[in-house]
This record gives sequence, structure tokens and C-alpha cells, in this order.
Amino acid sequence: MAYSFPEEVLEHVFSFLTSDKDRNAVCLVCKSWYEIERWCRRRIFVGNCYAVSPEIVIRRFPEVRAVEIKGKPHFADFNLVPEGWGAYVYPWVAAMSAAYPLLEEIKLKRMVVTDESLELISKSFKNFKVLVLSSCEGFTTDGLASIAANCRNLRELDLRESEVEDLSGHWLSHFPDNYTSLVSLNISCLGSEVSFSALERLVARSPNLRTLRLNRAVPLEKLPNLLRRAPQLVELGTGAYSAEIRSDTYSNLAEAFSACKQLKGLSGFWDVVPSYLPAMLHVCSGITSLNLSYATIQSPDLVQLVTQCRNLQRLWVLDYIEDSGLEALAASCKDLQELRVFPSDPFGAVPNVSLTEQGLVSVSEGCPKLQSVLYFCRQMSNAALVAIARNRPKLIRFRLCILEPRVPDYLTLEPLDTGFGAIVENCKELRRLSLSGLLTDRVFKYIGTHAKKLEMLSIAFAGDSDLGLHHVLSGCESLRKLEIRDCPFGDKALLANAAKLETMRSLWMSSCSVSYGACKLLGQKLPRLNVEVIDERGPPDSRPESCPVERLYVYRTVSGRRVDMPGFVWTMDEDASLRFS
Amino acid sequence: MERSAAAFENDLNLKATELRLGLPGTDNEPDHQQSSSSSSSQLIKNNKRSCSEMDGARQTGQQQESGAPAPKAQVVGWPPVRNYRKNVLEQQKKPESDTGSGMFVKVSMDGAPYLRKIDLKFYKNYLDLLKALENMFKCTIGVYSEREGYNGSEYAPTYEDKDGDWMLVGDVPWDMFVTSCRRLRIMKGSEAKGLACL
Repeated sequence: MAYSFPEEVLEHVFSFLTSDKDRNAVCLVCKSWYEIERWCRRRIFVGNCYAVSPEIVIRRFPEVRAVEIKGKPHFADFNLVPEGWGAYVYPWVAAMSAAYPLLEEIKLKRMVVTDESLELISKSFKNFKVLVLSSCEGFTTDGLASIAANCRNLRELDLRESEVEDLSGHWLSHFPDNYTSLVSLNISCLGSEVSFSALERLVARSPNLRTLRLNRAVPLEKLPNLLRRAPQLVELGTGAYSAEIRSDTYSNLAEAFSACKQLKGLSGFWDVVPSYLPAMLHVCSGITSLNLSYATIQSPDLVQLVTQCRNLQRLWVLDYIEDSGLEALAASCKDLQELRVFPSDPFGAVPNVSLTEQGLVSVSEGCPKLQSVLYFCRQMSNAALVAIARNRPKLIRFRLCILEPRVPDYLTLEPLDTGFGAIVENCKELRRLSLSGLLTDRVFKYIGTHAKKLEMLSIAFAGDSDLGLHHVLSGCESLRKLEIRDCPFGDKALLANAAKLETMRSLWMSSCSVSYGACKLLGQKLPRLNVEVIDERGPPDSRPESCPVERLYVYRTVSGRRVDMPGFVWTMDEDASLRFS
Repeated sequence: MERSAAAFENDLNLKATELRLGLPGTDNEPDHQQSSSSSSSQLIKNNKRSCSEMDGARQTGQQQESGAPAPKAQVVGWPPVRNYRKNVLEQQKKPESDTGSGMFVKVSMDGAPYLRKIDLKFYKNYLDLLKALENMFKCTIGVYSEREGYNGSEYAPTYEDKDGDWMLVGDVPWDMFVTSCRRLRIMKGSEAKGLACL
């Protein structure tokens, strides 16, 4: 069979394909396309660091420039995964340091990153440009110092929501004086002070700086110093937004803000003193993204700020905004696409703010482009959910968290099955859904029947029986990630739909009714899955086979079972019985 | 010999005589989080390590000490709020819970036969507070201005701050005032003139 195009031409054509899905499709056409494509793939996304090994990745794709890897399961964010579970990046960095000397980008999420790894990164990749550590942990400011000192071409350093051990604020001074290529810096998660003069000098010599997210320790009085040196900023995260009320501080701030004509995104705002908010008014009309989720300001000041941002597309805010504030938002911000409302008092027994389902309904009525919702509240009704579903059939993400588990429709005292059913039936493009409140197996029947594009589903304290799980596993064709906690789902549904698990990235089940025996069976039946039992009570076979396991994590993999499991993780495979005896 | 020593200790009733480690008035061991003087990242680490219901319960305990209505027993990881976010919110609330249940301060007015007590937490801002004081003492306090203080009013509100200094009410942001105010004194306008002119 003659080839129609020379390799170089095909390579050039393939270079226009950016999505992994497209590139994976190309690889299946024929062997030569597979070969050509693998040599020119530059970006790799590994959704589960244990699904594949660094060696396998390197063997297939020898010329990678950018790597993105995710580690722990999502529920690790909520303390459901014990410390020491895994997701170490070091083996990846070690392998890549030898194989990819031209590597430019590393993006990690929920992984354990040590100072050693950071040092190795800083010394191995001469052209290293982008480091994003999202919800990572295990490193200190010493590791950051290595990055600052050695990465001469660094453009982006983003530590979003990572846990960093703060040994000293001087790491920032390790950026050499002739280092001028900084484009994006996010240190908002750092607890203690960084050397302000070093920060100031760094900003002053970074003409390409577009994103600057400061940490809480940077005082408001000093913010103008930075803004004046970076009026080209597109995204700004303030430090603490509080200071003694002084007219000169205020006018400095207002003046500095008004010089920033390109600002589109704002965040930070810890410890807000409302009197200083008007200093920002000039930039509000350009703002498209506003993160006030750490700003403990009350309604009138909050609403005034938000409604000034008429071009707002994304708003993250605390429930201090209340129903009235959301109503005002719906009236002013017609371009709103994403809304996240976080709880100011998640563990309080009584409501501290007047935020109910009504706020969300108002936004669904008033904002025609709304597609992504995360909403914490204390009451919900089927009627409200039905209204939201009818108002916004183009919803893509809908995550509702009613603070108290198993709470029924507060008007009718019925389960919220009908309401969520309306969501999945009307919102045909829905990709992500989180459920809460009182729910029976019926809601899962609706989900299995209608949610054909659903990729990620989170379930907690819901359902009556295995039938619920069966509906989801048998009906949701696009399902990739399923995470379940505290539901009466057990062996039957899991075993009946075992093959489905090979089409998904992962399944998490904790505090459910899956027995050790079923886990073993699953592991034996499906060798291409890793079936891992996480149990802090000791070896699972020190208990009867019918005993439910504490936690179960099942994921497909091409690299066999993990070699770095801690003492509380057991893998179920053919050798399981041999290993335990 | 040892047994009798133990019995001897019990008879001494060391607990009642406060001859033990720990702050007077507390029964339990100092909470890890409270005694930890390290940076916030240490605090976060402690939270993460003891990922059990006890951690949640300990947090509950802290709030109970402050007199707030006791939250219900907490389930691990519910509601699904990230540690980072939880810690930030707790840190921002801390000043209030440190000072105990409510923030009751004595209020005296020049010429009044007895003092009153009010809970500063009850009020949202200066306007609220001053209106309440006007009602309580049947007086006029008037409007605050940065330059003139309460000039022209019959009475001026002052307060004693943490350092023991007498300050004019209204100069500092409300939140700062609430945490630093120890007691209030409603001064006669004529006397208060001195303060206002500063």
C-alpha cells in the first residue's frame, strides 16, 4: 500500500490536532500514522498517575514537551483518603529527567511533591517554563528556592491551593537579578510573609507579568507599590484587603487600580474592610472573573461590588451574598456563566445567612448563559430544581450540596428525586453532577435513563439498594468518574456491571456495603483493573469475607498493580489469596 | 510505698488546688491546634493528619467553649469543603471566638445612676450601636465625623481599648473596634471636646 503523503506532511497536519481524543483517533488509522503521531505528540495528559507508568509513556512518546498528571482521587480533598496513600511525583520526574531534556511544562494535581523532586526539575530541564502545582503537598519553600534559582526561562509558577511548609520567605530572592521572563505567579496559598522588597523588584523587572496572585501576608498598604510596577496585569489576587482607615492609603490604592486598564480577573480579598472596596470601582467594568470566596463581607457592600461588574462571567462567593444579592446579580450580570456559592459556616447548626434555593432560582432565571453551578445551601425543593432545569437546559455542571445529609424537599417532605430527575432530563449536555439531600433509587433510574453525556457523578448519603448503582453503571454511557460515599450499594450491582469499570477512569466507594469477597472476585475477573481496598482496620482477610470494606478504589491501568502501596492499601488480584497466607 | 504515694496524691486533691499543668479553669489537655504556635501550614498539617471524626469533634469542642450553639456531630469530609477553605474561614473567625461567648462590655454614662451591659456582637456596625445606645440611655449622640468627632452633640461615645487608652468611638473599622473595645463610656459633650479635637 503506497503512502499518500510524506511523513513531514503528515506530521505538519497532525500538529494542528491539539485534543488527545483526536490524536488517539489518528493513531488507530494505521501503523504508519501511529508511528508518525507518537513521535510528534508534545502534550501528555495522565488522568490517573497509576493508570500508566512513566516508562510506558516515555517509550511510546519520546518527544514530549508538556506533561499534566493527576494523582489522588477527588475525595482526598475531603479527608477521605488517609495520609500516605501515594501519588508521588518523584518517579515521574526521575524518569523524565533522563528522557525529556527539553521538557517545558509540568502540571500536577493532588500529588505528593517533595523538595527533592522540585530540585530535580529545576536542574534537569534547561528550557523549563511552566510549573503548576494544584492541591499538591509535601514540599517546602526550599523546593521553591531551587526552582527560582535554576529555572532561567520560567514563565509560570502557580501553587494554587497546595500545602507548602513555610520555612522562610526568602525563597523569592533566589530569582536572579537578570531573570525577567515571569508571566504568571500564584503564591496565594503561602502562609507566611515573602520578602516584599524581593517581590517588588521581581515585579518591576517582569514586563510580561500578566497574573499575580499574592498571599494573605501582603498588606493592603503595599499593594499600590506592586500595581504601579505592573499596570499591564490581567489577573490580580490581592493580599489581605484590610488596613486602618486612612485617606492616603485609600487614594493610593484607587489611583493604582485606575492605572490597571487590562484587569479581567480579581481574587484574594482576605479580611476585607468594606471601606476600601470602592477603590476598585474603576476596574469593575472590565472584570470577567471574580473570586470573593474568602471575603467575609456582608451583603450590602458585597452586592454593590458584584453588581458593578456588569461583564462578569465567573463568580465565586460566600453565602453572605444571600438570596437578595443573587437576585441583584441576576439582574446586573447577564454574561454570567459560572457561579459558585460557598458556605461561610458549614458546621453551624443554624443558618447564619438568608441563602436558600431561591437565590439559585433567581440566577437561573436571569442569566441566560449560566452553565456551571456549585451551590451550598440548607434547603431545597423539587419545584426549585424543576424550575432551574427548565430555565437552563444548557447546564454543563451542576453540583448541589445541601449541608445536612438526607434532607427532603422542605415544602413537601418528599425525596428530591423528581427535582434532580428534571435536571438530567432537561440538561442534555450535562457532564458533571453532584447530588445531595434525600434521594431514593428512583433518582438513579432517571440518571441512568437520561444522563447520557454525564462524565462525572458524585453521590453521598443516597439510594436504597443496589438497584440505584446498577441504574447508573448500566445507563450512563459517558461515565468516566464515579465517586460514592455512605450509600447502601453493595456487591450485586458492582459485579453485574464489572465490565463497565474498564470503560471508566475510576470508581471510588467509601462507607458502602461492598464486601471483601466481592472485591476479590472483581480483582480476579478483571485483570486490567486495579481493585484496591483501603482499610485502616488491618488486613481484610482478618475479617470474614462478607465484611464490608472501608473504602474501595477501582481504576483501569496498563501498568499492573502499584509497587508503592502503604500498609493500609491492599490490591485484589489473582495473587491476592497467595499473598495473604 | 508507691501505692500509698498515689493515695496520698488523691487525698491532696491536686485538681482542686490547681497544682497541675494547664491553664486554670480548663479540664482537658490544651488542644493541639491552640497550643501550636507555628505557621498556618502547620495548622493545616495537623488537620490533615488526624483525619477522623475526632478532629471534627475537637473543632466542635472549640466552638462549644465559646458559647455558640453546639453544632451537630460532624461526619468526616461532610459537607465537602476543602481543608484549605475551612482553615481560612476559621482563621478569619478566630478573633471572635477567642474572647468567649458574646462580647459583653459595660456601658457607663456620665450622670447615670448605674451602668448597663451590651453584647457588641449583636450589632452590625456603628450606626446600629449608636442608635441602641441612644435608645438605652435616652440621649442624643449624633453623627460621627473624622475631623470633628461628635462635635455639637449632647453626648459623645468613648471606649477603653486593649491598651487601656480612652478612644473616640468611630475612628477605626467596626471589626477592629469590636475586638479591641473593653468598655464604653458615654461622655458629656462638653467633656468630650478634648478628644474630638485630636
